[in-house]
Amino acid sequence: MRQHLDDILRGLFRENPTFRMLIGMCPPLAVTTSAESGLIMGLATTAVLICSSTLISALKKLIPNQIRIPAYIVIIATFVTIVDLLLKAMLPEVYKVLGIFVPLIVVNCIILGRAEAFASKMPISRSITDGVGIGLGFTWALTFIGCVRELLGAGTLFGFQVLGDSFVPWQIMKMPPGAFLTMGLIVFVLNSVELYRARHEQKRARSQIRLVRKEATGQ
Amino acid sequence: MKELVLLLVGSALVNNFVLARFLGICPFLGMTRKLDAAWGMGLAASFVLVLSAMASWLVYEYILAPLSLEFMKIVVFILMIACLVQLLEMMLKKFFPQLYRAMGIYLTLITTNCAILGIALIVAGSDYNFLETTVFAIGAGAGFTLALVMMAGIREELEFADVPAAFKGTSLALIIAGIMSMAFLGFSGLVPM
Repeated sequence: MRQHLDDILRGLFRENPTFRMLIGMCPPLAVTTSAESGLIMGLATTAVLICSSTLISALKKLIPNQIRIPAYIVIIATFVTIVDLLLKAMLPEVYKVLGIFVPLIVVNCIILGRAEAFASKMPISRSITDGVGIGLGFTWALTFIGCVRELLGAGTLFGFQVLGDSFVPWQIMKMPPGAFLTMGLIVFVLNSVELYRARHEQKRARSQIRLVRKEATGQ
Repeated sequence: MKELVLLLVGSALVNNFVLARFLGICPFLGMTRKLDAAWGMGLAASFVLVLSAMASWLVYEYILAPLSLEFMKIVVFILMIACLVQLLEMMLKKFFPQLYRAMGIYLTLITTNCAILGIALIVAGSDYNFLETTVFAIGAGAGFTLALVMMAGIREELEFADVPAAFKGTSLALIIAGIMSMAFLGFSGLVPM
């Protein structure tokens, strides 16, 4: 149980696919013009990830090793087709915004990566929690980028007016350059935090060594 | 004729695959540390882009649409691309071993490139005829190569620049891409949409 909880938390933060591992970078850039489209794209990807991880983990003894990659791709493509048709029928307006990025979930490296690195080796229950963690990690990352771009590009969040009338929307944030710039600055902030933490750790280690030395010489 | 030229310019510059449509971001960020690698990846991907567009148009028009199996297109296209790349690899190995040595490593990466599946899906739902499809794919390939090569050129120059440590790597690449994408917005007046 503890392991399962750890799987989920690991996907959400420590191994967040978008912010920490920087894989599957097309959707975070392409579909985050608004918070809503980011959220729905994330949930669609999560659904595919959980279903395909479960099935691949269940079939891991049946799939011969040599043809495992084509087999995984067919399994993933089947679930993507289901999600694609569901979204088209139930949320036609959002589907229009997401465009070809829904079918392109097939070639998202996160899904094939989890299948190869995790689901093909682990029991079913842990593959599910891993899928939930990584999927929701991807979802919150997409929603976060969408929020930043929507807030600066239109002054709204999930369609509701947040910033006052005096705010002039930054048109560029809704356009392609805004995606690259937002993502670049987010990666910069994350790198800065990492560097700061590393430096802090180093300092602490050094002062500890000094303390130990002092004690040794004092005696 | 004029329409074809407009289509070519439109897919290469105005709707650049990398900088405006966000297709093929992985090689754009991952393969642009060296200029040689960017050329290799760009040309190999362009070649497969054209083949994939042509093949998917034929498959969709003559197999999927008559049998009303359009909903199968995702599964069919991904398998088609995997076979296509495998076939291409074998042919290159047999007939052009030199070219294979230069391009071989990129070909295996291309199967899971979203630009290749992306163009197949764009073409399959559109009203382009076969010639227009081919021209569109050539433009897309040229635009992809252009973006990769420009990016690699800039990154090679910046290799020795003194940037803050936190900006190094992906962060800087993304910001360069943002500025390039802004520059490419300037092309949007070229083709009436």
